[in-house]
Amino acid sequence: MLTGAYVPGRSVVHRAPAGAKLAVLAVACTALVFARTPLWVGVAGAVVVALYVLARVGRRAAWGQLRPLRWLVVVLMVIQVLVADLPTAVTLTARLVLAVALAALVTLTTRTTDLMAALERGLRPFRRLGVDPARVSLLMSLALRSVPVVAGIAGRIREARWARGRERSVRAFAVPLVVGVLRHADAMGEALQARGLDD
Amino acid sequence: MAGRSRLPAGDLARIAAFAAFIAVLGLPGSFHLFGNAVPVTLQSMGPLLAGAILGSRRGALSVLLFLGLVAAGLPLLAGGRGGLGVFAGPSVGYLIGFVVSAFLVGLIVERSGRRPGVHWVLVACLAGSAATLAIGIPVQSAVTGVPLAETFQLSLAFVPGDAAKAVFAALVASGAQRAYPDAAPAARLDRAEDRADRA
Repeated sequence: MLTGAYVPGRSVVHRAPAGAKLAVLAVACTALVFARTPLWVGVAGAVVVALYVLARVGRRAAWGQLRPLRWLVVVLMVIQVLVADLPTAVTLTARLVLAVALAALVTLTTRTTDLMAALERGLRPFRRLGVDPARVSLLMSLALRSVPVVAGIAGRIREARWARGRERSVRAFAVPLVVGVLRHADAMGEALQARGLDD
Repeated sequence: MAGRSRLPAGDLARIAAFAAFIAVLGLPGSFHLFGNAVPVTLQSMGPLLAGAILGSRRGALSVLLFLGLVAAGLPLLAGGRGGLGVFAGPSVGYLIGFVVSAFLVGLIVERSGRRPGVHWVLVACLAGSAATLAIGIPVQSAVTGVPLAETFQLSLAFVPGDAAKAVFAALVASGAQRAYPDAAPAARLDRAEDRADRA
């Protein structure tokens, strides 16, 4: 049903703990902000390519993560060449692509469940502020479970609309959908209450 | 995930269901304008509807939850995008803007009584859309290195569509609130207080 972009593998990058990868990613993205010369951006690019080779996720998976950027890169290059000069344009654009590529590598090499568990652990220090990590993971699984349910509600409403003869009104679709989502939510809330969540 | 008090089960369920609803709005083929001719994703309506129906705090939490699932690697953003790469890319400001806009919409709708008039919901949704742009554009400018004025000009193309989506979201939210009285944040609050009084 719903799967992330995870590419199974046994490389060093895959086996590194999710929390560590997230920490490295945060540091690397900050460091990239300070890479202002073509030399440093080149070094950063070499490191990112080396990590992709090390992780062996395959070219198709890597391209799948970067593809949404392709038009933006073109537009960015054109604008920056116009307002600045070519080296600046290349440096700025490459920095952006590298940050996205690095973040995508974490996504490609880490299971969704591991990332969620790392997030839950990361929220522990916020317990003092009233954030309950157990409730956060309950929320995440409830939301995941609700995606196919809501998609199903949308499908039923669409079929009903077709049966009535191809109505054009989007509102006649969206209002019942929102009401359906609320009914589903409130039924789910009662089920949680019945299981003693509020006690 | 509560502030000082723990969120009751009913609120948890609504937050989770709306996070799923925002995800479904971005699924391909879930929403089509004008028959099937123009596929338009209406995902950016999600935060507006979440705020208008769940209220400020719960609306913002449902958007945060949706973003949490995206960060965990699920391809739930419009166009099947997902993963940490999105948060390193130029659209991160719009994603943060979604959270703020849900909060703002909720705040305005909450203040307008248990049966909010269409005009208030409309004002709220337009303000929410504006907030998304007000945060998204400067962040996009900072991430891409394109000067603010140029980024602003590029984003002008999206303003008519966003305004139309805000109007549409307001119509759908008021329609849902008429069909399901519990869909207004203030009405639900009143009812919860009634229940607490009786107990």
